[in-house]
Amino acid sequence: MSFLKLEHIHHTYFTKTSATTALSDISLEVEEGEFISFLGPSGCGKTTLLSIIAGLFPATEGTILLENRSVNKSEKKIGYMLQQDYLFPWKTIEENILLGLKVSGIEEAAKKKYAFTLLEKMGLKGYDKQYPKQLSGGMRQRVALVRTLVTEPKLLMLDEPFSALDYQTKLRLEDLVSETLKTFGKTAILVTHDIGEAIAMSDRIFLFSARPGQIHKTFNVPKELRDLSPFQSRNHENYTQLFQEIWKELESLE
Amino acid sequence: MNKRQTVELLHKDYIKQLTNQKRWVRFYQLIIFLVFFSGWEIASKKQWIDPLIFSAPSKVWVLFIKKVQDGSLMVDLGYTLSETVLGFILGTLLGTILAAILWWSPFLSKVLDPYLVILNAMPKVALGPILIVALGPSMTSIIAMGAIISIIITTIVVYTAFKEVDPNYLKVLQTFGATRSQCFKEAILPASFPTIISTLKVNVGLSWVGVIVGEFLVSSKGLGYMIIYGFQVFNFTLVLLSLLVIAVFATIMYQLVELLERKLIKSN
Repeated sequence: MSFLKLEHIHHTYFTKTSATTALSDISLEVEEGEFISFLGPSGCGKTTLLSIIAGLFPATEGTILLENRSVNKSEKKIGYMLQQDYLFPWKTIEENILLGLKVSGIEEAAKKKYAFTLLEKMGLKGYDKQYPKQLSGGMRQRVALVRTLVTEPKLLMLDEPFSALDYQTKLRLEDLVSETLKTFGKTAILVTHDIGEAIAMSDRIFLFSARPGQIHKTFNVPKELRDLSPFQSRNHENYTQLFQEIWKELESLE
Repeated sequence: MNKRQTVELLHKDYIKQLTNQKRWVRFYQLIIFLVFFSGWEIASKKQWIDPLIFSAPSKVWVLFIKKVQDGSLMVDLGYTLSETVLGFILGTLLGTILAAILWWSPFLSKVLDPYLVILNAMPKVALGPILIVALGPSMTSIIAMGAIISIIITTIVVYTAFKEVDPNYLKVLQTFGATRSQCFKEAILPASFPTIISTLKVNVGLSWVGVIVGEFLVSSKGLGYMIIYGFQVFNFTLVLLSLLVIAVFATIMYQLVELLERKLIKSN
C-alpha cells in the first residue's frame, strides 16, 4: 500500500470555444517520506495536477488515494506552498503563521508554541510582530514555510516555491526546506522547471511532456545524491551525469 | 573633519531643505487664500462685481457672527451635519453589504448586473420627490437621499475590488480548508480596504450633494434650506455663508476619513 496513489488522472479545461486537455492518463505512486519532483516545460499541467492532488478541484477522470482514502474536498492533511510567499500583508508574521490554525479552529496553546518553535528554527525569532513587507524575499518564503508546516500536513506541495528568489537565497532555502522535511519525515511533491533543483532535492523525478500533460519518463536519483544536502549534491559527479541525461530527454521533447 | 561628521552635516542640510520647501508651500497656500478673499472684498466694494449677488467677505462675516450669537446657525448646521454623516454611513455600509452579497452568489450578481447598471446611470436626486412623499418631509427622507446617492456606486466599486483580490490568497486559505465566509473575512475584505477607503472619500462629497438637494426639496431647516431661502429672498450673503460653512465641514469630514485610512491600512 502506498502513501499516495494516482490512478489514470485525466483533466480537461472547458471554455466556450475550446476544450483543452491539460492532463492525460497520469498514474503514479508515492511512498511515505519520499520527496518527488514534477519536472517539465511550462504548460505541461504540473500545477493543475498539484491542485487536483490538494483537492482544490476534482479531476475530470481518475482517482486519488491518500492513505487509501479518496481526497475529494480540501483536507488539512495537505500543505501547499506557492511560487510567491502570499503572506497576507495586513497581518503580522505571528497572525500569518497562525492562520492555518485559526481557519481550522484549532488554536491550542501547544500548537501555537509549535508555530513559534518552527519560526525560531527558521532563524526568524523576534520577527513575529513585524509585517511581511518589512522582511526580505527569502525571509518571507521561510515564514510561508512555517505557515504551511504549522498545521502538520502529511503531504507537502511545493509549487515552484523558490522561483521568485535570487540564486543565493534559493540555494540556502533549498537546503533549509530539504533538511526540515527530512527531520519531520514529511512526504513532499515539488513542481519545478529547474532540472538542477529537481535533482538536488528529490528522490524521484517525473519528467512531464506538454500538451497534453503526460508522464514522459521517471528518473531515480542515485542514493549518493539523496543522502547529501541539495547544495552538496550539486557538486557531486553523479549530479552532472543525471543533469545531462534529463537535459537530453527534455531536448527530445521539443 | 571625519567622515561621520560630514554625513551628519549633509543630513542636517537635507532636513533643512525639506523644512524650507514645506514653509514655501504653506506661504503660497496662504497667499492664495488672502488674495482670494481680499480680491473679493475689494471687487465688491469698488462695484466691479455686483455686491447684491456676490456679497462680500465682510458682510458674510458679520452675518456669521450674528447667526452664531442667536444660535440659529448651530441649529441648521446640526441638522445638516447629522443627516450627512448618517446618510454617508448608511450609503457606504449598505453598498458594501450589497457588494458582499453579490460576491457570495456569482449567480445573483449575473442576474442583477443590468439592474445595477440602470440604477447607477439614473440620477438619484430625481428620486427625491418620491422619497419625500413616501417617507414624509422629515429628516428620514433627507438621510435616505444622502444614502441612496452613494449606495449603488459603492456596490459596483467595492464588488469589483472583491473580485480582483489575488486568487492565490484564497488558494492559501482553501488548502487550510477555509469556508467561504472565512475566505471573505480573512482575505477578501481586508484586501479591499484601500478601495473601500477611496469610495468613502468619494461618498463624503456625494452625501453632501444628496442632503443639500433633499433640504432644497423639504425646505424646512438645514444649510440647504438656508441656501434656498436666501435665494428666494435674494439674500446672497446668506447663500454664501451657507456655502462656506458646507465647504469647511465637508473638508473636516474628508480629513476624518483620511485619519481612518491611516488607522486601518497601517501595514501598507
